[in-house]
Amino acid sequence: MAKGRVRFYSDRCKACELCIKFCPKGALGLDKKNINALGYHPATVVDPERCTGCGTCALMCPDLVIEVERE
Amino acid sequence: MKVVAKRPESLYYKKFHYCPGCTHGIIHRIIAECIDEMELREKTIGVCPVGCGVLAYEYFNCDMLEAAHGRAPAIATGIKRMLQDNFVFTYQGDGDLASIGMAEIVHASARGENITVIFINNTIYGMTGGQMAPTTLIGQVTTTSPYGRRPELTGYPIRMAELLATNEGSAYICRTSVHNPAHVLKTKKAIKKAIQTQMEKKGFSMVEILSTCPTNWGMNPIEALERVEREMIPYFPLGEFKVKE
Repeated sequence: MAKGRVRFYSDRCKACELCIKFCPKGALGLDKKNINALGYHPATVVDPERCTGCGTCALMCPDLVIEVERE
Repeated sequence: MKVVAKRPESLYYKKFHYCPGCTHGIIHRIIAECIDEMELREKTIGVCPVGCGVLAYEYFNCDMLEAAHGRAPAIATGIKRMLQDNFVFTYQGDGDLASIGMAEIVHASARGENITVIFINNTIYGMTGGQMAPTTLIGQVTTTSPYGRRPELTGYPIRMAELLATNEGSAYICRTSVHNPAHVLKTKKAIKKAIQTQMEKKGFSMVEILSTCPTNWGMNPIEALERVEREMIPYFPLGEFKVKE
Protein backbone atom coordinates (compact mmCIF):
# COMPACT_ATOMS: atom_id res chain seq x y z
CA MET A 1 0.00 0.00 0.00
CA ALA A 2 1.34 3.41 -0.96
CA LYS A 3 2.33 5.63 1.93
CA GLY A 4 2.07 8.90 0.05
CA ARG A 5 -0.34 10.60 -2.28
CA VAL A 6 0.69 13.20 -4.87
CA ARG A 7 -1.69 15.53 -6.62
CA PHE A 8 -0.71 17.28 -9.86
CA TYR A 9 -2.19 20.60 -10.98
CA SER A 10 -1.50 19.58 -14.58
CA ASP A 11 -2.62 22.87 -16.15
CA ARG A 12 0.50 24.55 -14.68
CA CYS A 13 3.05 21.89 -15.69
CA LYS A 14 5.73 22.80 -18.25
CA ALA A 15 7.19 19.28 -18.51
CA CYS A 16 10.69 20.26 -17.35
CA GLU A 17 11.01 16.73 -15.89
CA LEU A 18 12.87 17.83 -12.73
CA CYS A 19 10.35 15.94 -10.53
CA ILE A 20 10.84 12.80 -12.63
CA LYS A 21 14.64 13.07 -12.42
CA PHE A 22 14.73 13.57 -8.64
CA CYS A 23 11.99 11.11 -7.55
CA PRO A 24 13.96 8.56 -5.50
CA LYS A 25 11.46 5.78 -6.27
CA GLY A 26 10.98 6.41 -9.99
CA ALA A 27 7.23 6.76 -9.53
CA LEU A 28 6.72 9.70 -11.92
CA GLY A 29 6.68 10.12 -15.69
CA LEU A 30 5.23 12.26 -18.49
CA ASP A 31 1.61 11.71 -19.48
CA LYS A 32 2.12 11.12 -23.20
CA LYS A 33 -1.63 10.73 -23.84
CA ASN A 34 -2.57 14.26 -22.75
CA ILE A 35 -1.53 17.78 -23.72
CA ASN A 36 -2.27 20.59 -21.26
CA ALA A 37 -3.33 24.18 -22.01
CA LEU A 38 0.31 25.29 -22.12
CA GLY A 39 1.03 22.72 -24.85
CA TYR A 40 3.11 20.23 -22.86
CA HIS A 41 2.70 16.59 -21.89
CA PRO A 42 2.24 17.12 -18.13
CA ALA A 43 4.10 15.11 -15.49
CA THR A 44 2.04 12.54 -13.65
CA VAL A 45 2.28 9.49 -11.37
CA VAL A 46 2.93 6.36 -13.41
CA ASP A 47 3.34 4.02 -10.44
CA PRO A 48 1.34 5.31 -7.44
CA GLU A 49 2.16 2.23 -5.33
CA ARG A 50 5.82 3.23 -5.12
CA CYS A 51 5.18 6.71 -3.66
CA THR A 52 6.45 7.15 -0.10
CA GLY A 53 5.30 10.77 0.22
CA CYS A 54 8.82 12.14 0.70
CA GLY A 55 7.98 15.42 -1.07
CA THR A 56 11.17 15.62 -3.16
CA CYS A 57 9.18 16.15 -6.37
CA ALA A 58 7.37 19.15 -4.89
CA LEU A 59 10.68 20.49 -3.56
CA MET A 60 12.24 20.56 -7.04
CA CYS A 61 9.13 21.64 -9.00
CA PRO A 62 9.62 25.22 -10.27
CA ASP A 63 5.94 25.76 -11.09
CA LEU A 64 4.12 24.66 -7.91
CA VAL A 65 2.38 21.85 -9.76
CA ILE A 66 2.61 19.23 -7.02
CA GLU A 67 0.93 18.75 -3.65
CA VAL A 68 2.07 15.85 -1.48
CA GLU A 69 0.33 14.08 1.40
CA ARG A 70 1.78 11.38 3.63
CA GLU A 71 0.22 9.00 6.13
CA MET B 1 -2.99 12.06 5.81
CA LYS B 2 -0.56 14.83 6.62
CA VAL B 3 0.20 17.48 4.00
CA VAL B 4 3.94 17.41 3.20
CA ALA B 5 4.10 20.00 0.44
CA LYS B 6 1.61 22.57 -0.83
CA ARG B 7 1.44 26.08 -2.23
CA PRO B 8 2.68 28.66 0.31
CA GLU B 9 0.21 31.41 1.26
CA SER B 10 2.68 34.11 0.23
CA LEU B 11 2.31 33.22 -3.46
CA TYR B 12 -0.74 33.89 -5.63
CA TYR B 13 -2.22 31.13 -7.79
CA LYS B 14 -1.03 32.91 -11.00
CA LYS B 15 1.12 30.78 -13.34
CA PHE B 16 4.81 31.75 -13.53
CA HIS B 17 5.94 33.15 -16.90
CA TYR B 18 9.40 31.57 -16.51
CA CYS B 19 10.72 29.04 -19.03
CA PRO B 20 10.37 25.29 -18.29
CA GLY B 21 12.91 24.18 -15.69
CA CYS B 22 13.96 27.71 -14.70
CA THR B 23 14.94 27.72 -11.04
CA HIS B 24 13.35 31.15 -10.44
CA GLY B 25 10.20 29.20 -9.59
CA ILE B 26 11.95 27.10 -6.93
CA ILE B 27 13.51 30.21 -5.39
CA HIS B 28 10.18 32.13 -5.38
CA ARG B 29 8.60 29.20 -3.56
CA ILE B 30 11.27 28.89 -0.88
CA ILE B 31 11.24 32.64 -0.20
CA ALA B 32 7.45 32.46 0.18
CA GLU B 33 7.74 29.43 2.47
CA CYS B 34 10.28 31.25 4.66
CA ILE B 35 7.97 34.30 4.90
CA ASP B 36 5.04 32.00 5.82
CA GLU B 37 6.97 30.02 8.39
CA MET B 38 8.33 33.15 10.08
CA GLU B 39 4.82 34.75 9.95
CA LEU B 40 6.06 37.91 8.28
CA ARG B 41 3.62 38.16 5.37
CA GLU B 42 1.74 41.18 6.74
CA LYS B 43 5.05 42.96 7.39
CA THR B 44 6.93 42.11 4.19
CA ILE B 45 7.83 44.62 1.47
CA GLY B 46 9.68 43.31 -1.58
CA VAL B 47 11.49 45.20 -4.32
CA CYS B 48 11.60 43.68 -7.83
CA PRO B 49 14.49 44.03 -10.28
CA VAL B 50 14.63 44.51 -14.02
CA GLY B 51 15.24 41.16 -15.72
CA CYS B 52 13.30 37.91 -15.73
CA GLY B 53 12.20 38.62 -12.15
CA VAL B 54 10.58 41.91 -13.21
CA LEU B 55 7.08 40.48 -12.81
CA ALA B 56 7.71 38.95 -9.37
CA TYR B 57 5.22 41.46 -7.90
CA GLU B 58 2.46 39.54 -9.68
CA TYR B 59 3.39 36.35 -7.83
CA PHE B 60 4.20 37.35 -4.25
CA ASN B 61 1.18 37.90 -2.04
CA CYS B 62 2.75 40.80 -0.12
CA ASP B 63 3.54 44.46 -0.79
CA MET B 64 5.91 44.72 -3.76
CA LEU B 65 7.55 47.60 -5.57
CA GLU B 66 9.31 47.79 -8.93
CA ALA B 67 12.72 49.50 -9.08
CA ALA B 68 14.64 50.98 -12.01
CA HIS B 69 17.40 48.76 -13.39
CA GLY B 70 19.85 47.91 -10.59
CA ARG B 71 18.39 50.45 -8.14
CA ALA B 72 16.51 48.01 -5.92
CA PRO B 73 18.92 48.40 -2.94
CA ALA B 74 18.50 52.21 -3.08
CA ILE B 75 14.69 51.92 -2.97
CA ALA B 76 14.86 49.25 -0.26
CA THR B 77 17.10 51.60 1.76
CA GLY B 78 14.42 54.30 1.67
CA ILE B 79 11.63 51.89 2.60
CA LYS B 80 13.58 50.32 5.46
CA ARG B 81 14.65 53.65 6.95
CA MET B 82 11.01 54.79 7.07
CA LEU B 83 9.44 51.48 8.13
CA GLN B 84 11.98 49.94 10.45
CA ASP B 85 9.79 47.14 11.80
CA ASN B 86 8.97 45.74 8.37
CA PHE B 87 10.88 43.02 6.58
CA VAL B 88 12.33 44.48 3.36
CA PHE B 89 13.93 42.32 0.68
CA THR B 90 15.11 42.81 -2.88
CA TYR B 91 15.12 40.10 -5.53
CA GLN B 92 17.82 40.73 -8.14
CA GLY B 93 19.56 38.93 -10.98
CA ASP B 94 23.20 39.12 -11.93
CA GLY B 95 22.78 41.59 -14.78
CA ASP B 96 20.77 43.84 -12.49
CA LEU B 97 22.91 43.59 -9.34
CA ALA B 98 26.45 42.97 -10.58
CA SER B 99 26.42 45.19 -13.67
CA ILE B 100 24.28 48.34 -13.69
CA GLY B 101 23.45 48.09 -9.97
CA MET B 102 27.03 47.58 -8.77
CA ALA B 103 27.30 51.03 -7.13
CA GLU B 104 23.97 50.68 -5.31
CA ILE B 105 24.70 47.23 -3.91
CA VAL B 106 28.26 48.01 -2.79
CA HIS B 107 27.21 51.20 -1.01
CA ALA B 108 24.08 49.68 0.54
CA SER B 109 26.37 47.02 1.98
CA ALA B 110 29.05 49.53 3.02
CA ARG B 111 26.44 51.63 4.86
CA GLY B 112 25.23 48.46 6.57
CA GLU B 113 21.63 49.03 5.46
CA ASN B 114 19.38 46.64 7.32
CA ILE B 115 17.92 44.95 4.20
CA THR B 116 18.01 41.45 2.72
CA VAL B 117 19.12 40.87 -0.87
CA ILE B 118 18.30 37.68 -2.75
CA PHE B 119 20.80 37.55 -5.61
CA ILE B 120 20.09 35.11 -8.46
CA ASN B 121 23.31 34.30 -10.30
CA ASN B 122 22.84 32.42 -13.60
CA THR B 123 25.93 33.84 -15.38
CA ILE B 124 23.89 35.38 -18.21
CA TYR B 125 21.37 38.13 -19.07
CA GLY B 126 18.24 36.00 -19.34
CA MET B 127 15.36 38.32 -20.28
CA THR B 128 17.16 40.29 -23.01
CA GLY B 129 18.21 37.16 -24.89
CA GLY B 130 21.39 35.71 -23.42
CA GLN B 131 24.06 38.42 -23.51
CA MET B 132 27.31 38.28 -21.53
CA ALA B 133 26.97 39.37 -17.88
CA PRO B 134 29.74 40.35 -15.42
CA THR B 135 29.39 36.87 -13.90
CA THR B 136 29.67 34.97 -17.23
CA LEU B 137 32.32 32.25 -16.87
CA ILE B 138 35.54 32.20 -18.93
CA GLY B 139 34.89 30.41 -22.22
CA GLN B 140 31.10 30.56 -21.89
CA VAL B 141 29.33 31.19 -25.21
CA THR B 142 26.69 33.94 -25.15
CA THR B 143 25.17 36.07 -27.91
CA THR B 144 27.73 38.84 -27.25
CA SER B 145 30.67 36.45 -26.76
CA PRO B 146 30.05 33.98 -29.62
CA TYR B 147 33.58 32.49 -29.37
CA GLY B 148 33.40 32.17 -25.59
CA ARG B 149 34.29 34.83 -22.97
CA ARG B 150 37.96 35.81 -23.41
CA PRO B 151 39.63 37.38 -20.34
CA GLU B 152 42.10 39.45 -22.40
CA LEU B 153 39.15 41.28 -23.96
CA THR B 154 36.41 41.23 -21.31
CA GLY B 155 38.15 40.46 -18.03
CA TYR B 156 37.10 37.96 -15.38
CA PRO B 157 33.79 37.01 -13.72
CA ILE B 158 32.97 38.90 -10.50
CA ARG B 159 32.43 36.98 -7.27
CA MET B 160 29.84 39.18 -5.57
CA ALA B 161 29.56 37.32 -2.26
CA GLU B 162 33.30 37.52 -1.58
CA LEU B 163 33.35 41.17 -2.67
CA LEU B 164 30.55 42.25 -0.34
CA ALA B 165 31.89 40.15 2.54
CA THR B 166 34.86 42.54 2.79
CA ASN B 167 32.51 45.40 3.73
CA GLU B 168 32.23 46.10 7.46
CA GLY B 169 28.48 46.81 7.14
CA SER B 170 27.65 43.32 5.88
CA ALA B 171 26.23 41.06 8.56
CA TYR B 172 25.38 37.88 6.69
CA ILE B 173 26.76 36.97 3.25
CA CYS B 174 26.36 33.49 1.86
CA ARG B 175 26.31 31.60 -1.44
CA THR B 176 24.09 28.59 -2.06
CA SER B 177 22.76 26.64 -5.01
CA VAL B 178 19.50 24.94 -6.02
CA HIS B 179 20.85 22.18 -8.25
CA ASN B 180 19.53 19.29 -6.13
CA PRO B 181 17.02 18.73 -3.28
CA ALA B 182 19.69 18.87 -0.53
CA HIS B 183 20.92 22.24 -1.72
CA VAL B 184 17.37 23.58 -2.05
CA LEU B 185 16.91 22.84 1.65
CA LYS B 186 20.26 24.49 2.46
CA THR B 187 19.20 27.56 0.47
CA LYS B 188 15.99 27.73 2.48
CA LYS B 189 17.98 27.66 5.71
CA ALA B 190 20.28 30.41 4.43
CA ILE B 191 17.32 32.63 3.48
CA LYS B 192 15.82 32.12 6.93
CA LYS B 193 19.12 33.10 8.51
CA ALA B 194 19.28 36.22 6.34
CA ILE B 195 15.74 37.19 7.37
CA GLN B 196 16.65 36.57 11.01
CA THR B 197 19.72 38.81 10.60
CA GLN B 198 17.52 41.63 9.37
CA MET B 199 14.87 41.20 12.06
CA GLU B 200 17.60 41.33 14.73
CA LYS B 201 18.82 44.61 13.13
CA LYS B 202 22.37 43.35 12.64
CA GLY B 203 22.91 44.91 9.21
CA PHE B 204 23.09 44.05 5.52
CA SER B 205 22.38 40.47 4.48
CA MET B 206 22.67 38.80 1.09
CA VAL B 207 22.08 35.26 -0.18
CA GLU B 208 23.61 34.57 -3.59
CA ILE B 209 21.86 31.63 -5.24
CA LEU B 210 23.44 29.82 -8.20
CA SER B 211 20.61 29.40 -10.67
CA THR B 212 20.06 28.10 -14.20
CA CYS B 213 18.96 29.53 -17.53
CA PRO B 214 18.25 26.44 -19.69
CA THR B 215 16.90 28.51 -22.61
CA ASN B 216 19.90 30.80 -23.06
CA TRP B 217 22.48 28.16 -22.12
CA GLY B 218 20.98 25.96 -24.87
CA MET B 219 20.50 22.97 -22.57
CA ASN B 220 17.59 20.96 -21.24
CA PRO B 221 16.67 21.66 -17.57
CA ILE B 222 18.47 18.58 -16.22
CA GLU B 223 21.71 19.30 -18.14
CA ALA B 224 21.52 22.88 -16.87
CA LEU B 225 21.44 21.68 -13.25
CA GLU B 226 24.43 19.45 -13.98
CA ARG B 227 26.31 22.43 -15.44
CA VAL B 228 25.79 24.34 -12.17
CA GLU B 229 27.52 21.54 -10.30
CA ARG B 230 30.24 20.92 -12.91
CA GLU B 231 31.22 24.44 -14.00
CA MET B 232 29.75 27.07 -11.69
CA ILE B 233 30.44 25.69 -8.22
CA PRO B 234 34.24 25.34 -8.85
CA TYR B 235 34.41 29.07 -9.71
CA PHE B 236 31.70 30.26 -7.28
CA PRO B 237 32.37 28.20 -4.13
CA LEU B 238 29.38 27.65 -1.83
CA GLY B 239 29.34 28.65 1.81
CA GLU B 240 28.99 31.47 4.31
CA PHE B 241 31.46 34.29 3.76
CA LYS B 242 30.49 36.55 6.62
CA VAL B 243 28.43 35.96 9.74
CA LYS B 244 28.37 38.85 12.20
CA GLU B 245 27.71 37.75 15.76
